[in-house]
Amino acid sequence: MPEAKPLTPERVLEAYRTVLRARALDDRRFVLNRAGKLAFIISPRGHEVAQVAAITALQPGRDRFCLYYRNFAAALACGFTPEELMLAAFARAADPSSGGRQTPGNFGSRRRGIVIGSSTVGPQIPKAAGIGLALKWKGEGALCYVSFGEGATSQGDFHEGLNFAALHRCPVIFFCENNHWAISVPQSLQVAGPGVAERAAAYGIPGTRVPGDDFFAVHATVAKAAERARSGGGPTLIEAEVLRLQSHSTDDDQRAYRDPVELAAEALKDPIPRLRDALLQRGWLSPEIDQTMRDDVNREVERATEVAEAAPEPEPGSLGHHVYADA
Amino acid sequence: MLERTLVQAVRDALYEEMERDDRVCVLGQDVGLKGGVFKATEGLQQRFGAQRVMDMPLAESSIAAVAQGLALEGFVPVAEMQFADYSYPAFNQIVNEIAKVRYRSNGDFSCPLVIRAPTGGGVRGALYHSQSPEAFYCHVPGLKVVLPSTPADAKGLLKAAIRDPDPIIFLEPKKLYRAERQDLAQGEAALQPLGAAAVVRQGAHLTAVTYGYMRAVTMQAAARLSPDGIEVEIIDLRTLRPWDVETCVRSIEQTGRVAVVYEANRTGGFGAEIAAELAERCFASLDAPVSRIASPDVPAMPFSPSLEHAFMLNPDKVADGLRRLARY
Repeated sequence: MPEAKPLTPERVLEAYRTVLRARALDDRRFVLNRAGKLAFIISPRGHEVAQVAAITALQPGRDRFCLYYRNFAAALACGFTPEELMLAAFARAADPSSGGRQTPGNFGSRRRGIVIGSSTVGPQIPKAAGIGLALKWKGEGALCYVSFGEGATSQGDFHEGLNFAALHRCPVIFFCENNHWAISVPQSLQVAGPGVAERAAAYGIPGTRVPGDDFFAVHATVAKAAERARSGGGPTLIEAEVLRLQSHSTDDDQRAYRDPVELAAEALKDPIPRLRDALLQRGWLSPEIDQTMRDDVNREVERATEVAEAAPEPEPGSLGHHVYADA
Repeated sequence: MLERTLVQAVRDALYEEMERDDRVCVLGQDVGLKGGVFKATEGLQQRFGAQRVMDMPLAESSIAAVAQGLALEGFVPVAEMQFADYSYPAFNQIVNEIAKVRYRSNGDFSCPLVIRAPTGGGVRGALYHSQSPEAFYCHVPGLKVVLPSTPADAKGLLKAAIRDPDPIIFLEPKKLYRAERQDLAQGEAALQPLGAAAVVRQGAHLTAVTYGYMRAVTMQAAARLSPDGIEVEIIDLRTLRPWDVETCVRSIEQTGRVAVVYEANRTGGFGAEIAAELAERCFASLDAPVSRIASPDVPAMPFSPSLEHAFMLNPDKVADGLRRLARY
């Protein structure tokens, strides 16, 4: 079994660049949304560090990924390019996930092992258990990573998926990004009990809560779960506590139902500066390199936007394609 | 050649396809050692092992979802829902997820699997063991829906369904599970194409389009009309999506009259779709309105024998409907 790659400074800096990319793309998407060019965005703002830290502990190309709609940064970490994500945002024909058929955020790419997503909440969880079972049968040491918000843990599918994966010791990592809000419903009205991680005990599997703004803590937790999964130990449930620094989507305005004092306080806890400070403290990053990376990323976003905006829309004649295998 | 009931034919199809292709696996509640509540998977676990014939937790959504996960990874799962009524907890997985995988990924992913479920009533099963949900699944582009009525068709169509690249809902009329025996072909010779109806009775005066258990009921009804000089042509659709419109149109062009006979509730049943399509296609050939003979709009047959009888179509009720149509 290939060893997990060690977390070298180069890999952490690459992850940091991915985090910056996600944020810069998101900033640009909001500008384009206000300009009336993009219809609908689900922002990862506040989740980026947790998402990229988790994927960095895994093996894109070997593992399977069942992402959910807020996994914009995770998709980048899995190998999607800024251009591809912009093609999805503009619903262009060349959007690799769905050819412009789904709202952006439903990521999929067979060659990258990213299983096509959907907009209902939680169905990917028992699906990931089934993929995990198949991977176990194949015996190649690959695992399935599935992510979801804490709202999804209210779904029956969450419990069915954990139960099945635990019963059959499927190599699955259940990764909950708990931002404490399911659109306008707070965790206190959504999740009974102390939280999500404790629910693992009911299925006889490990459950861990980890601060989602701590890149190294998330990485270590996912790496441990991956080792357990690959060695036949079965699934793990991880609850990463993150912030929802944007509304649920561009069709929502959280100022209507969230305390402005709390929102202002959370804005100051943005995980990206915290990651930058951690890298500066370790001497892995300098302010100059940081600025160079940001400039590079901004140029990438600029180029991705131009290419995607100019790309053709799907042909109306393709409306009926891919309903069945022969059409 | 072996004499087989419909449920044995299902089991034979599973056995042969599992022998042929080691990616084929069976999962569901009680499918293992017990061999299914109707014995459709009897002996399979003993032959193919507990991995390929897997008893699932009692959770239909996960039965569908796990099957989907296996299909996405290249296996060919055949999932059993113990009764078609019990597929509803899995409705989101079937309709929103499985059916749309190919479309919403622009053809990047496919999900070839089969979900088998006993359907229909007449076995004292009452509300939750008697429903006919085919209209729900026929409504969904991306799914194919098969509903055989004979052992040979059940075997041949299930084998074809397992080999098909698209997800298939395979509904088995439980009333017919042990109703008749037929000599069945084996292996490739047993295969039946999906989407092809069969003209199972010739007749010049009116056409009855039907499927599942209603084929047998309509055959009996037609025999009652024969002495009065009314000859009914009966078409068994066998596959509901895609359904064989052309065979129906050809028949109606000869007879000028058509009734659709189906066991589900009348309103919004799949028979309503058949009636609408045939009315549109055959308007110039019709001598009478397209007629539907269906069950009443109550939630399937209640447990009491008198109420079950009141719900179910039978040869008398169907004969009455056909006679009215003939005299129009």
